[in-house]
Order: sequence, then C-alpha cells, then structure tokens
Amino acid sequence: MHLHDLRMPWLGRPFVGLSNYLEAVGDPRFRGALWHTLFFAATSVSLELLIGLWLALALNQAFRGRGLVRAAVLVPWAIPTVVSALLWRFMFEGQTGIVNAALVDIGLMREPIVWFIQPGTAWVPVILADVWKTTPFVALLLLAGLQNIDASLYEAARIDGASAWRQFRHVTLPLLKPAILVALIFRTLDAFRVFDLIYALTGGGPGTSTEPIALYTFNALLQNLQFGYGSALSVIVFVVTFGLAMIYIRFLGAELMGSRR
Amino acid sequence: MLALLVLGSAFPLYWAILASFTPEARLFGGPSLLPSELVLDHYRALFTQRNFWIPIRNSLIVAGTTTAFCVAVGALCAYALARLQFRGKFALLGFILAVGMFPQISVVSPLYMLLRSLGLINTYPGLVLPYLTFAMPLTVWLLVGFFRQLPAELEEAAMVDGASRLRAFGEVIVPLALPGLATTAILTFVYSWNEFLFALSFTLGPERQTVPVAIALFRGMYQVPWGQILAAAVVATLPVTLLVLAFQRRIVQGLTAGAVKG
Repeated sequence: MHLHDLRMPWLGRPFVGLSNYLEAVGDPRFRGALWHTLFFAATSVSLELLIGLWLALALNQAFRGRGLVRAAVLVPWAIPTVVSALLWRFMFEGQTGIVNAALVDIGLMREPIVWFIQPGTAWVPVILADVWKTTPFVALLLLAGLQNIDASLYEAARIDGASAWRQFRHVTLPLLKPAILVALIFRTLDAFRVFDLIYALTGGGPGTSTEPIALYTFNALLQNLQFGYGSALSVIVFVVTFGLAMIYIRFLGAELMGSRR
Repeated sequence: MLALLVLGSAFPLYWAILASFTPEARLFGGPSLLPSELVLDHYRALFTQRNFWIPIRNSLIVAGTTTAFCVAVGALCAYALARLQFRGKFALLGFILAVGMFPQISVVSPLYMLLRSLGLINTYPGLVLPYLTFAMPLTVWLLVGFFRQLPAELEEAAMVDGASRLRAFGEVIVPLALPGLATTAILTFVYSWNEFLFALSFTLGPERQTVPVAIALFRGMYQVPWGQILAAAVVATLPVTLLVLAFQRRIVQGLTAGAVKG
C-alpha cells in the first residue's frame, strides 16, 4: 500500500471532461474485469439459488437435528469473507493440498494440478468459496418464503392427486417466486461488487484473469494512484449497481409498506 | 444427502482448525484426515511474533463502537419511521435502503479524500465513520421491522398516563424490543467485524489494521506462513461463530426479515 504517497488531487486538477470514461471503454483490462464480474455473478448466483432452493426444501421438513443443520449452515455465513477465501486457497494450494490429494486418490485426476496458474482452474476455488459462504443466506431467505406457504394448499393438491413434482411445480414455485426474486437480486448485487473474496484468494491472478471490476477499481485508485480514472471506474460500478438496486427497492419497498402492518 | 451437505459445509473449517495445530513442515506433506501430531506453535507465533492481539483490539474497538452508535441512534430513527407520520417518509425509507446498498468501492475515493482532509486516515474514527455508511441503514431497516410488530396501544396508554413520547419510547418500547435490538446489534457487529475494503483502504499500518486486513496481508514476499494464517483464521472466526451459534434462531429471523445485506 502506498496510500501515503497520494498527492492531493483537489489542489490542482485539470478538468478532462469525459476522457476518463472514454479511456475505460477502450481499456482491455476494464472490459476484462467487467466480463469476469459478469461471469462470476452468473455462475455463482445460479449455483447458489439451485443449491439454496434444495437446502430450503430439505430444511422445511421437520426432522431430528434440524437445529444442528441450521447452525452448521449458518457458520460459513458468519465467517469473514477474507478468512473463507484463505481457507479455500489453502485447500487448493500446492501439489499435495487436500483437494489435489483427494481428486487423485479417488481417481478423478491422474496427477495433481496447479490450480492457480491457469485462469480456467483458478476460477474453481473462487466460485466454490462463494457458493460455500453465501448459499446458507439464500437458503434461509427461501426457507422463510416456504414457511409462509399455507399448508392446506398442499393438502388440497394431494387430494386432487397431484404428484410431488406437480405440487412443487404448481404450488411451491409460484408462491415462492417473491422470495426467489429477493434472493436473486440480493445475490446479484453482492456478486457484482465482489472484492474481499478475490483479493484474498487469487489476488485477481494469474495476471489479471480473475480480476473483477471492484478489484480493478481499487488497484487503479490506491495502488496505481490514478485517482481520476479510478473514480470514473467507481462511478461506472455505481451506475450499474444502482440500476440493479432500483429494481430491488421497488420490489422490497412495496413489500415492506404493503404487506406488513 | 443432507448429512453429506452438512459435512461438506463444515469440512473447510475442520480442515483449517486441524491445520492450525499441524507443524508447518507437515502441512503439505500428504494430508491425512485425522491429526497425527498437534502443536501450538502457530498460535504462539501469532501472539508473540505477530502481535495479533493488536488487530483483535482494533477490530473490537471499531466493531463495538460502530454497533453501539448504530443501535443507539438507529433505534430513535427507526422508532420515528415506524410510528410517526410525516411527509416524505417512504422516500426516506427508500433512500436509507439505497444508501445501504451503495457499492462500497464507489465511495472509497470520496471517503478517502474526506477522511484525509479531516486528518482521520489510520485512526479509529476514520474507520467507524465509514462503517456507519453501511451499518446504519442496516440497523434502521431491521429495527423499523421490529418496532412495527409492537402494538401502538402500549405507548399510547403510557402517553395518556402523562409520559412524554421519548419517555414512552424509553420505558415501554425499548424493554419490549430488547430481543430485536439484540439481534440487530449482533448482525451489525458481525458485518463490522468482517468488513474488509474500508479497513484496507483507510489504514496504513499494523497499529490500526483490523483482523481481516491483518490476515489478508500475512503473506510474505517469498513464502506464505500457512500455519499462522490458519491459526489467525480460527481466532478471527471464533467470536462471530460463537455469537451466531448462541443466537442462531434470532439471527435467522433478523436476516430474513430485514435482509438488507448479503
């Protein structure tokens, strides 16, 4: 960190119009970062929703040790993101790390691979770490939605002879849609701003091949001290996130003011 | 199947705890699922060489102050939003939610300049103030939800008996809302304890770094002290994990009711 080297940009700074934004459009590293962010958000959020939905359905059933399961899934949520990033880095690290050893042991791989020198494999621990950490949150949101569904609807469906799949398809899914939407928007917003996880797990590497937009912005601002350019990038992040957030506010705001007392 | 999932979600933590007690030389020497030789070296090094109690102290001060301030001020603010009728109330609620969802990276540069001109870079207030930007909306949003669940007749009765609104709030509402206040405090504390980007950007050296920042910057130039990193990870995780396990039911309620941060 070279924070102390910062000049004071407000003392003398030429007005450059839109040139910082034009620079961003033509900057391959920026476009790469944007692409990485989209890829990360799409992959991790869809996995989290699928696993989260399944987990919520399982947790909605009464069974012995349900409290224990809930506690176990809450722990990853509570762990600092930096720490979970480092746990996953450790498991994928080295030729004899636990992941390499296990995959070779069960015969899925012939020899250990170095996960962090190729972009394709470096994404694996990143996505896994995010899924591990945030699926519990998704599951809890969906579980709350499930518990709001009137049990008599299932009874009626059963009397009409609906199979478990049809009950899920025609009762659960439509009624769960609001909860799914909330989880989806939440996670997308969050995934779009991903920073801690990748900073601590790959550092954006190898090269800049896993660098998301927030990390690139941070590097431009505080490592390369391009205050103007970095600020332009952060405004772009803001505009995109704001667009997503507006949808969310309309949705959740309406719910808070409408359905609650 | 579910058992498998629970095992899967617990495994990384188990593995880290195990590794934090394993001698450095054996960390990558062919893993075995059960411990063979346990040592306290990493924890000892953590507190003697690394002075890890400094980031712990910093984190406790910053997260504790943020939480206390947010709950005290946020409760008054949330009470007004939950009970009083005034113009622009819904716009204000939406605005609070919008501030809470503001991407942190977008405010790093303006906040940096602001804190710098106030001389607050690398100080505790220089972390607590930025933390309020995400913690205060979370607190207010959660507490509005909790206050709305309390019947308004209670403080109306108190006010008929001659209590001022503030007194009715302090003596009727606060005791009733204690569970909600506690949940809010825990969630705020967890988010503040775990925060990384602001703490990384607005501190300069080890004397003010918080726990997540200190751990992330452990990596040396040529080698990674994995044993110490994992020991630190266990220490950093312990307080939030204990809080969460102790209050899991309430936390689930808070998370799903307020759901402002992911």
